[in-house]
Amino acid sequence: MEKMVNLKINNIAVTVPAGTTILEAAKTAGIKIPTLCYLKDINPLGACRVCVVEVKGARSLVASCVYPVAEGMEVTTNSKKVTDSRKTTLELMLSDHKQECLSCARNLSCELQALSLEYNCDSNKFKGETVEYPLDCTTPYLVRDNNKCILCRRCVAACHKYQSVGVIGANARGFDTHVGCAFERDLIDVPCVGCGQCINVCPTGALHEREEIDDVVEALNDKTKYVVVGTAPSVRIGLGEEFGMPIGSNVEGKMVAALRRLGFKGVFDVNFTADLTIMEEGFEFIGRIQNGGKLPMITSCSPAWIKFIEHNYPEYLENLSTCKSPQQMFGAISKTYYAQKLGIDPKDMYVVSIMPCTAKKFEKGRADQSASGYPDIDAALTTRELAKMIKRAGILFNELPDEEFDTPFGISSSAGLLFGATGGVMEAALRTVVAVLEGKEPENIDFVEVRGTKNIKEATYKVAGIDVKVAVASGLANAREIMEKIKSGECDYHFIEIMSCPGGCVNGGGQPIKDAYTRNNMNVPAIRAASIYAADKDKALRKSHENPAIKEIYKEFLGEPNSHKAHEVLHTTYTPRNKY
Amino acid sequence: MFRSHILVCGGTGCHSNDSAAIREKFEAALKARKLDKDVQVVTTGCFGLCAAGPVVVVYPEGAFYSGMTVDDVETVVDEHIVKGRLVERLLYKEKASHAAIKALSDTNFIKKQTRVVLRNCGVINPENIDEYIAYDGYQALIKVLTEMQPQEVVDIVKKSGLRGRGGGGFPTGLKWQFTKDAPGDVKYVCVNADEGDPGAFMDRSVLEGDPHALLEAMVIAGFAIGAHQGYIYVRAEYPIAVQRCKIAMEQAKEYGLLGKNILGTGFDFDIEIRLGAGAFVCGEETALMTSIEGNRGEPRNRPPFPAVKGLFGKPTLLNNVETYVNIPQIILKGPQWFTSMGTEKSKGTKVFALGGKINNTGLVEIPMGTTLREVIEDIGGGIPNGKKFKAAQTGGPSGGCIPASEYDIPIDYDNLISIGSMMGSGGMIVMDEDNCMVDIARFFLDFTVDESCGKCTPCRVGTKRLLEMLTRVIEGKAELEDLDKMEELCYYIKNNALCGLGQTAPNPVLSTMRYFRDEYEAHIKEKRCPAGVCKALLSYFITEACKGCTVCAKKCPVGAITGVVKGQHVIDQSKCIKCGVCMDNCKFAAIIKK
Repeated sequence: MEKMVNLKINNIAVTVPAGTTILEAAKTAGIKIPTLCYLKDINPLGACRVCVVEVKGARSLVASCVYPVAEGMEVTTNSKKVTDSRKTTLELMLSDHKQECLSCARNLSCELQALSLEYNCDSNKFKGETVEYPLDCTTPYLVRDNNKCILCRRCVAACHKYQSVGVIGANARGFDTHVGCAFERDLIDVPCVGCGQCINVCPTGALHEREEIDDVVEALNDKTKYVVVGTAPSVRIGLGEEFGMPIGSNVEGKMVAALRRLGFKGVFDVNFTADLTIMEEGFEFIGRIQNGGKLPMITSCSPAWIKFIEHNYPEYLENLSTCKSPQQMFGAISKTYYAQKLGIDPKDMYVVSIMPCTAKKFEKGRADQSASGYPDIDAALTTRELAKMIKRAGILFNELPDEEFDTPFGISSSAGLLFGATGGVMEAALRTVVAVLEGKEPENIDFVEVRGTKNIKEATYKVAGIDVKVAVASGLANAREIMEKIKSGECDYHFIEIMSCPGGCVNGGGQPIKDAYTRNNMNVPAIRAASIYAADKDKALRKSHENPAIKEIYKEFLGEPNSHKAHEVLHTTYTPRNKY
Repeated sequence: MFRSHILVCGGTGCHSNDSAAIREKFEAALKARKLDKDVQVVTTGCFGLCAAGPVVVVYPEGAFYSGMTVDDVETVVDEHIVKGRLVERLLYKEKASHAAIKALSDTNFIKKQTRVVLRNCGVINPENIDEYIAYDGYQALIKVLTEMQPQEVVDIVKKSGLRGRGGGGFPTGLKWQFTKDAPGDVKYVCVNADEGDPGAFMDRSVLEGDPHALLEAMVIAGFAIGAHQGYIYVRAEYPIAVQRCKIAMEQAKEYGLLGKNILGTGFDFDIEIRLGAGAFVCGEETALMTSIEGNRGEPRNRPPFPAVKGLFGKPTLLNNVETYVNIPQIILKGPQWFTSMGTEKSKGTKVFALGGKINNTGLVEIPMGTTLREVIEDIGGGIPNGKKFKAAQTGGPSGGCIPASEYDIPIDYDNLISIGSMMGSGGMIVMDEDNCMVDIARFFLDFTVDESCGKCTPCRVGTKRLLEMLTRVIEGKAELEDLDKMEELCYYIKNNALCGLGQTAPNPVLSTMRYFRDEYEAHIKEKRCPAGVCKALLSYFITEACKGCTVCAKKCPVGAITGVVKGQHVIDQSKCIKCGVCMDNCKFAAIIKK
C-alpha cells in the first residue's frame, strides 16, 4: 500500500502519495502554480524561484516543484507575499533580458512573456548592468542568444538527460553565468548533433532554428526556378497546433492546400520517399542477412543520430544502412527522375522539404547528398517555419479545403506515414521484409511490439525460419545504451531503429513548441503518435511494396532495389568525426 | 631530556612574516654552539596573538617574545639560552599598560580565554603524533571504541548542547542522531574546512596546529553514525593545512588509529582529502557535497537533507572543523564539563578571528556568554589610537553589526540573531568612528555578488541589483525612497533565495540600515560621508597653511595640483582622482578631505 499524506493547500484538503511535490499535489486540488525552470523528470531544479509557495513554519518560501509534501503541511500558493515575490523574481529576470519581444522568434509563445503579463510586471523596474553576449550562429541549424537566456537550464537538462550528448552547460558563475560549450567553444566545434531538443524546451527566444524562410520566398519569386516541396510524415501531425488545433490533429489536406497557395509548383509527400526508403533498406537488410553482411543493421534516416554515431561510435559506421533519409531521397529523385520527366535542368530546380527536424538543415549540406550534381535539398524548413510562412501569406489555414498531393510523388502507403513515430520505420520495414522473405503477404501487419514510447523496445519475429531480433530506441540516451550493449557484446540484434528525438520525429526539434505546463502534464509524443497509428489503421494502402507509384519509379528509373542506379541516387556515405 | 624548549609559531600570520626562517636560524645557531641536544626547537600552530607576531615562546620560563626577526635569533640564543637572561626589549608589551610581560600565560589576552578547541595550538608540534598523544590525544577514541555503543556517543553529544560552529548553530547531537537513524549501509562523515569568510582563519589554525584532533573526532563520528569513510573538504588556498592533515593521516595510519581494523577493534574508517577550487559557495553543505561528486559547485534544494540523502545520495554527516574538534574533549571530560561553560542555549566556547580596528588582532577562544565589551577591551586590548568603538561585524558576509548600544551583549547564537546579526563561523571585525558603515555593507555585498553561484534568480540578479543600488548611495546618486526599495529587495532575497549564501547576503545591508540609518541618509540627503571614507563624496582641499613647497604637485599622479613655488597651491577637482597621495605627503598638514 502506498503511504498517503494529508495536507492543506489554500485551505483545501488534499491527499496524495508520499513523495509527491507540492506542485503536483496542488494540481490535484485544481491549483496551478506557475513554473519556469521545472521540467518533469529531467529538470527538477528549483532554481528560478517562480514556483515559490508559503509553507507554515518554514523559514523562507520554498520551491513547490521540488518540495515534497508532509503530513499536516499547510501551504499557501497565492498570498500577497507569494505573488509579490513571484513578480519581483520575474522583474529581476526581465532586467537581465534583451527585451526584443516584438521581433523575437518566440513573441506570443514565450513563457517569460506570458508570466510577465499574468503578474503585471514592470519590465524596467530593476534597470541595471547587463552582460552583452554575442550570438552563436555557427551551426546551420540553430541560433543561441544568451541575451535572452533566463538560465533555467532546461536546454542543459535536455542535452544531458534526453540525449546524453551533453555539449552545453553553465559557464562562469554568479551574474556572469551563461550557458555555453566547454572552453567557450562555438557550437560548431563541439559534438552537438543538431537534434534541436534544446530549442523545444527553451521557454524564451534564447534558442531557435536558423530560419530559411527568406531563401524559400526568394526562390518562389524567382521565375527561373522550378520550386517543389515535400512534407515529412510528422509535419501533418503538428502543423495544426500552430493554428490552435488540438495536439495531434492530422491536417494533411489543409497542409497540401496551403502549400499550393504558397506557390509551390509541385506539392509532394515525403511519405512516398519513406516508402522508397523501405524498399531500399528492406532489401539491403535481406541482403545482409542472406549474404553474411554487417549486422546489426541500423537505420539512417535520423541525421542527428548519424552525427551522434560519427562522433561517438565511429567504429560502427559500417553497421548503418547506406540508404539516404526520405528527405534526401526526395531531393535526389526530384532533381534526377522528376527533372528528366519535366525536361528541366536540375540546376533550375529548387527543392524544399518541410521537416519536424532541425538536423535536416545539417543533413542537406553533407557530402554525397547531391545525386544530380546539385544538392538534393536546397532548403529544409521546420514545421514552425512553414506555419510562419502560411500566416505571413495571409492564408486562413483553418478554413482551407482538403486537397491531394501532386503526382508522381503523391501516393504513399501508411507504412511511410509510420516513419513519424518511434518504431514506425521498423514496423514499415517488417511489413515489406516479412512479405519478401516468406514469399507471401503476412496475415498480421500490426507489429505492435515495436510501438509505444518506452525507452527501448525489443522483439523477436520468426520470419522464414529465422528468429529476427529487432530493437527500437528513441532519444539518444537510449541509443547510447544500445550502442554500449553492442560494444560489450551483450545483445545480438539483427536490425535496430534509432530516432534521435524521444518519442520519434513527432517530437522533433522542429515541431510546434509546447510550454512546460503542457509537457509536464501531457504525453505529447504519445498523443501525436496515436494520430499516426489511427490514420494507418484506416488506410487501404498499408505496405510500401504495394505502392503503385513505387512500382512505377522502379520500372521507369531505378530498375531493382539496391541496383546500381539506386545506389547512385539513393545511397550515401558516412565519415568518422572527432569529438573535439 | 631537553632543558629548554623554543616554540616558534608557524601559524598564518607569523608564517607570512618569516617564522620559518626564524626557526631555521634557531636550529643553526644552537647547532653551532653545540646546544642542539639540550634545547629543542618546535614549530607550533597559531598561538592566537597574531598582532604580536612573529611569536616565540621559550620554556621553562614561558618567556613570550614578540615581533621576532631573524636578526634577533642570535641574541635570544646567547642571552636567554646560554646566559639565562631574558631579552627585555623583545618581551611582549601589553599595549595598554606598556609593562613588559614575561609569560604568555600572564597576558590578558590568554587569561580571559578558555582554550578548548585551540588547546594544543601553540603548544605542540602538529607534525608529531606523539606530542598529540602526550596531551591526551586519541584517548577519547580508545574510550569510544572499547567501552561505548554508538547511541551512547550520540547521547553524549546531545547532552553537551554542542551547536554547529560553522555558523548555523544547529544542535550537533540532533544532526548526529538523524544521520545515525537514516537507513542505509553506506554513510559518510564530511568535514567542512572550506572556511570562505574573508578574514576568518579559525579552521585553518586548527588544521595547521592540531590536525589530529580533527581526525580523532572524525573516526568517533563514523563510529557513532555507522560510517566508514570520511572526507575533509578543504579550500585549495590552505596548502599548509592540507599538508599537515596528510602527515597526520599517515602517522595515524601507522599507529593503527586510522584505516582498517582500528586498534584491533574491527572498526574500519578511512579519510580522504578533497580540495576546493576557489568558490565561497562550496562552503554551503549541499554545494560542498556536489563539488566532491565532481559537479559544478551549486547548492541543492532541501529536503532531502544530507542526513538522509547527501554525498553520492547516501546519508552524510557534515559538520564544521571547529564543531568536530570539540568532540574528543567532550567524550573525555563528559558533557557536564562542556555545559558548565557558556549560556543556557549556547554551550561551550567559540573561536573568533579578531580583526579590524583592534590592538590584539588574532585568534581568541572565549566561553559563550562573554560580552562584546570583554572581548574588545579585555582580550582585544581596545581600539588603537584612542578612537571610539562604532560596531563589530560578526558572521562575515552573512552577518550583521553589533552597535555600541549592544556593547554589553553576552555573545551567543540567539542573542546575536535577536539583534539582527549572527554568530557565523567566527570572524569578528571591529570598526571605529573612521569606518563608514555604508561602505562596510558594500564591501560584504560585493563579496557575495562575486561569489554567488548563479543558480537562482534572487541571488544571481537580486544581489547584483542590490549592490548597484548601494553603490548609487555611496556615489551620492540615490534618492531617499531608494532606501525603502533596497529594504524591500533585501527581504525578497532573504525569503526567496535557494541557499544560505543568498538568504543571508542582504544581512550586512539590513543590519547597517537598522543601526546606522543616519549614515545612509547623510549620503543621500547631504551627499556627505560622515566617516570621510566614500571617495565619490569627498573632495581634497589645500588650506591656507600651504607653504608652496610643491611636493604635492610633484606627487600627484594626474597633475591635478597647480601652484608656484612658495605660493598657494590649488587642486583641480575635475582632475582629482582622490587617491590621497598629496595629503599623505604634505608635511604641513595643509591638505584636508571633506
